[in-house]
Amino acid sequence: MSGPSSMRTPLGRVRNLGSSHSGTTDFWRQRLTAVAMALLIVPVIAIILMLIGRNQAGAAQILGSLPIAIILVLFIIASTWHMRIGMQIVIEDYVHNEKLKLAGVMANNFFCIAVALASIYAILKLSSGV
Amino acid sequence: MVEFALPKNSKITGGKSWPKPAGATETREFRVYRWNPDDGKNPSVDTYHVDIHDCGPMVLDGLIWIKNHIDPTLTFRRSCREGVCGSCAMNIDGQNTLACTKSMHDVKDGAVKVNPLPHQPVVKDLVPDLTNFYAQYASIEPWLQTTTPTPQKEWKQSHEDREKLDGLYECILCACCSTSCPSYWWNSDRFLGPAALLQATRWVKDSRDEATGERLDNLEDPFRLYRCHTIMNCAKACPKGLNPSEAIAELKLKMVERQI
Repeated sequence: MSGPSSMRTPLGRVRNLGSSHSGTTDFWRQRLTAVAMALLIVPVIAIILMLIGRNQAGAAQILGSLPIAIILVLFIIASTWHMRIGMQIVIEDYVHNEKLKLAGVMANNFFCIAVALASIYAILKLSSGV
Repeated sequence: MVEFALPKNSKITGGKSWPKPAGATETREFRVYRWNPDDGKNPSVDTYHVDIHDCGPMVLDGLIWIKNHIDPTLTFRRSCREGVCGSCAMNIDGQNTLACTKSMHDVKDGAVKVNPLPHQPVVKDLVPDLTNFYAQYASIEPWLQTTTPTPQKEWKQSHEDREKLDGLYECILCACCSTSCPSYWWNSDRFLGPAALLQATRWVKDSRDEATGERLDNLEDPFRLYRCHTIMNCAKACPKGLNPSEAIAELKLKMVERQI
């Protein structure tokens, strides 16, 4: 983006590189994951309450139930996906240095994927009783 | 990073306090932002006292009174003085609005504080540089676009379709909404802002227009459209009582509608 001192016309500056024809997918997915979390949060809280005070064997027993494991995995997918989109929006809003922004978006993606995979792995490990 | 503080040369310093007008029985204090591009000084806030028995009730009346009776160098835009042209948009008592339709008596506590529209380059005193704002309006191509040959008479529109433009066509492009939007403050180089997007909705919803898809294509962008986070400062500021936030939500809905 050229600064205000550039001799480009104002309309040229506004049009700049043109529309990216994207953004709707993320917008829709953010709402989709929000609704999914709203639906899943009640059973997730119930499961957490059930897990309080249990040792690993007890937890493995509860998570051994297929519906419970599925609910937790779905919640992790919805929440980390939502987290990724939300954080990317914050970065795009406030970080204006292009290189820093690129690095921030990349780090955000890596972090969210790592959190999602680690959480899902933990749930599957406990639910399979290994 | 985003700028949370004013640059050094924009920091406001103490200004001149003008004496109360002689013979005035009741006055109202005005604190007005002043900046002159020619003297190399930082902006300041000058204090004036307006004789309210010799002056109309609106903030614009007060500013004109100051210019006529106290300080002819005070610079501001005004034209219609009845909320139609949008020239006198400024920040009054912390809220973007039109000086001609805002009563000075509605400002309850203390002085009437008048500043230029926020986060725009200042040309002088209360005059902001709206070049980028107007270019953004031009970028949404605010005119009827058709491929069908122009009819002999007018392009026809049903009463129902015409009603869909209510709440959109009334916009006077005063820039109160866009300059009240934090998303626009941070990203006005790429985010089109509530005013241009409300106008875009006006053309997207016009039943006579044949370029709806191209218009949506032009807007579908994480920055041009999706910087709007429904903060709704725009709806609060609009002196015409419009809701740009709702118009933008309609645009987003149309984007989803054509994808799913």
